[in-house]
Amino acid sequence: MIERTVADLKKGETAVIKGFRNASLSLRLLEMGCLPGSEITLDFLAPLGCPVGVRVLGYKLSMRKSEADSILIEQ
Amino acid sequence: MKSYCKIALVGNPNSGKSSLFNQLTGLRQKTGNFPGVTVDKRSGSCELDADTESEIIDFPGIYSVYPKSLDEQVVMDVLANAAHESYPDVVVVVVDSANLQRNLLLFTEIIDLNIPVVLALNMLDVAAGMNIEINAVKLAMHLNVPVVKINARVGGGIDLLKAAILAQKQNAVGATQSSQSAFFDPTLLVPEFIADIKTKFGLSNNYLALQYIHQHNNFTFLNPTQRLQIDEMAVQYQFDSVDFQAKEIIGRYVKIRQFITDSVKQKTVVHQPLWTKRLDSVLLHPFWGYVGFMIILLLMFQAVFAWAQAPMDLIDGGIAWLSGWLKDTLPPGNLTELLTDGILAGIGGVLVFIPQIAFLFLLISILEESGYMSRVMVLMDKIMRRFGLNGKSVVPLISGVACAVPAIMAARSISNRKDRLITILVTPLMSCSARLPIFTILIALVVPTTTYFGIISLQALTLLGLYLLGTVSAILTAWALKGIVSVKDEGFFVMEIPTYKLPRWNHVGLTIYDAVKAFVLEAGKIIVAISIVLWVAASYGPGDAMQRAEDQVRAQNSVLNGSMLDGSTVRRSTLDSAAVANAVNAQRLEASYAGHFGKFIEPAIKPLGYDWKIGVALLASFAAREVFVGTMSTIYSIGSDDPTGNNKTIKERLLAEVNPDTGKAMYTPALSFSLLIFYVFAMMCMSTIATVYRETKGWKWPAIQFFYMTGLGYLLAYLTYQVLK
Repeated sequence: MIERTVADLKKGETAVIKGFRNASLSLRLLEMGCLPGSEITLDFLAPLGCPVGVRVLGYKLSMRKSEADSILIEQ
Repeated sequence: MKSYCKIALVGNPNSGKSSLFNQLTGLRQKTGNFPGVTVDKRSGSCELDADTESEIIDFPGIYSVYPKSLDEQVVMDVLANAAHESYPDVVVVVVDSANLQRNLLLFTEIIDLNIPVVLALNMLDVAAGMNIEINAVKLAMHLNVPVVKINARVGGGIDLLKAAILAQKQNAVGATQSSQSAFFDPTLLVPEFIADIKTKFGLSNNYLALQYIHQHNNFTFLNPTQRLQIDEMAVQYQFDSVDFQAKEIIGRYVKIRQFITDSVKQKTVVHQPLWTKRLDSVLLHPFWGYVGFMIILLLMFQAVFAWAQAPMDLIDGGIAWLSGWLKDTLPPGNLTELLTDGILAGIGGVLVFIPQIAFLFLLISILEESGYMSRVMVLMDKIMRRFGLNGKSVVPLISGVACAVPAIMAARSISNRKDRLITILVTPLMSCSARLPIFTILIALVVPTTTYFGIISLQALTLLGLYLLGTVSAILTAWALKGIVSVKDEGFFVMEIPTYKLPRWNHVGLTIYDAVKAFVLEAGKIIVAISIVLWVAASYGPGDAMQRAEDQVRAQNSVLNGSMLDGSTVRRSTLDSAAVANAVNAQRLEASYAGHFGKFIEPAIKPLGYDWKIGVALLASFAAREVFVGTMSTIYSIGSDDPTGNNKTIKERLLAEVNPDTGKAMYTPALSFSLLIFYVFAMMCMSTIATVYRETKGWKWPAIQFFYMTGLGYLLAYLTYQVLK
C-alpha cells in the first residue's frame, strides 16, 4: 500500500500528520510545528505546482513538493 | 555609579524583535561584528532606569537553538559560552502572539539554558484580529517567568518590559536556578553522557551539556581536540543527534500545548487576517502573481532611473558650481587645483550616487518589510531551480542591483550550500548601483534622446537593456555552473509565509540611512584617496619630463604663430593662446606619471578602442567601479584648461574630447558601447572580492569569479568594438 503524503493533498484539503519519511528533514518541519497528530491543510500551490503552501498551527508555511512528500498523513 | 548589564533580544523571524530593538535603543545603535564570525551584530544602548545602563544586542531571528543556516549559528555560539563578551545577563524572548505555540518552542529552549528570561508578548493586535485571547497572568504562572505585553510597533509596554528585565537581573544575582524544573530533561534519556560532559567541561546545566553534544562543531570557543573528544564520546554512547532532536521537539510541543489550552483561547478559528488572504489570491495567482512581480520590478527601475535623476543632476551641478566658485575665489595654484580637480571631483563622484542608493534601498526594504519578498521566493523557486539557483536566490539577485556586498551576504539564508555558492558567484553580474553613473554618462553621450509614444525614451530602453544583459548572463552563468560546481548538500525550502504588514517607516529609514552612510564612508574613503593619488600622478611626472613637454609645445606654437603673422586680429591671437594652453596641458598630462601608466597598458586595451586616458580610469576603477567617473572627471579637468571650462559637468568634458588619430569626437558609439559592455561584466570591486572571500572562506572562488567575469568583459567589449567600428 502506498502511503499518502501532504504532496497528495488537494487544495483546501486537511489531513492529520502521521510521521516523516526523511529524518533530517523532519527536524525543521517539527520545529515549524508540523507535529504528528496535528492537522495540516494544503493552502495553495505555487503557479508551477511547486512549492506548496500549507497551514499548520494556524499559520502559513511554504515548502517544496519534495519536502511535502516527506510528511506522511493518516489515510 | 551606574550599573551596567547586557540584554539579548532573541526570537523567531517576523516576531517584531527588530522593532523592539529600535524602540529600546532609538538611534543609539551601531552595527559591528561578533568576534571570529562575520555575522552582523546590531547593538545599542538603553537606560533601564536612572541607575542602570544596558547594552541591547539584537540577535538574528531563529526558530530554535539548533541552527539551520550560517547566521543562526552565532546565537548559540554566544548563549552557550558564558565567557563570551556578548553573553547576556538577561534574555528577552520576543514572541508573535498570533503564533504562540511555535514561538514558545524557542522560549522553552532558552529557559532550559538557565539564563534569566523575560517573555515579551508582541503582536497582540494581530492575535486579537484572529480572535486569539491570551491570559498573560496564567501564562506567567505556568512558565514561571515574567510575561510582558508589548506593542513593539508603537512602543507600548516598553516601561513594563524594562522593569521586568531589571527584576530578572536582580533575581539572578547569586541565585543558581539549577533546581528549576526544566521543560526538557535530557538526563532522562542519556544520563551518563550528560554527566560526563558536565564534569569534563565544568558545566552545571544539563541542557547546555546537551548543546555541547549536538553543536560542538559550531562552537567557536571549543578547540579541535575538544570537538574530537565529544565526537568520540558520541560514538561511545551511540548518540543519534537527529533522533534525539526529534524527540526533544515533540516533547516540548506536548508541554507547550498543556499550557496553551489553559491560557490561550481562540473563540472562532480564523486562520489568517482577511487582507492577507485577499492579497495572496492575487499576488500568488498563477498568472497575476507574475504580472504583479513584473510590475513591481518595473516600478523599481522607474524609481531608480527616473525619480533619482533630478536630485542627481542637482548634486552634479552643485559640485560643478562649487568647483568653479572655488577656482574663482581662491588664489590660483597647486593647492587650489588639488582641492577642486582632485578632492572635490572625487567627492562629487561619491555624492552623486546617494539618491539612487537611497531609492533602491527604500524599495527593497519596503518589499521585505511588507512580507512580499517571501511570496517572490515562492513564485520564483521552481523557475530558479532550473538554472541551478533557488527561490531564495531572488533576494540576493534583486539586492545585487543595489550593491553586491550586502546581496552576497544575504545569500546566507540559502541553506543549500551549492545553491548558495552559485548565487554568490553570479550575483555580481547583476548591474549594481556603482555601474549606474558609468552607464548614465556613456548612454547620454551616444544614444539620442528620442522618445517613443511620448514616454519611453531610447536612453532608458538602452539602460534597461544593459540591466537585462547583466541579469540574463547571471542566470546563464548559474545554469553553466550548475553542472560544474560539485558541492554535495541537502538543503530545504521550508519557510514561513508571514502575513502582510505595513512597512515600519522608521525601519525603512534606518535601512536607507545605514546603506547611504556605509557607502559614503567606506566607498567614499577609497574614492577620495584614489582621486587625490590620481591628481598627483596626473600633475607630476618623472624628472623634468613635464616641463620639457610644455616647452616643446610652446616652441612649436610660437614658430607656427610667427609664420602666420600676416596682420592677425586680437581675437585670433587669444583663440590661439587658449588652444596653446590646451595643447600644453594635454602634453603635460601625457608626460605625467599617470600618462606613463596609461601608455604602458594602452596596447592591451587598444583592441577595445580605449586610449591611455581611459586606461588610467580603468586601472583606477579596479578598486571600485564608482571610481571610473570620478577619475574621468579628474583626468579631463586637468587635461582641458580652457578658461570657461572649469565648471563644466563631466558629460560636457567627455563630449568635447577629441580623438587625436581621427580628429573626430573620441566617444563614438563603438567606444562607448565597448566600455558599457566591459562594465556590465568585469568584476571590478575590491569590496565584493573581499566579501566573497569572507563568505566562501578562501581565495578559490573569488579568484575564479574575478577571472571569468573580467575575461568575459574583455572578450565581449572587444567583439562589441570590432563589430560597431
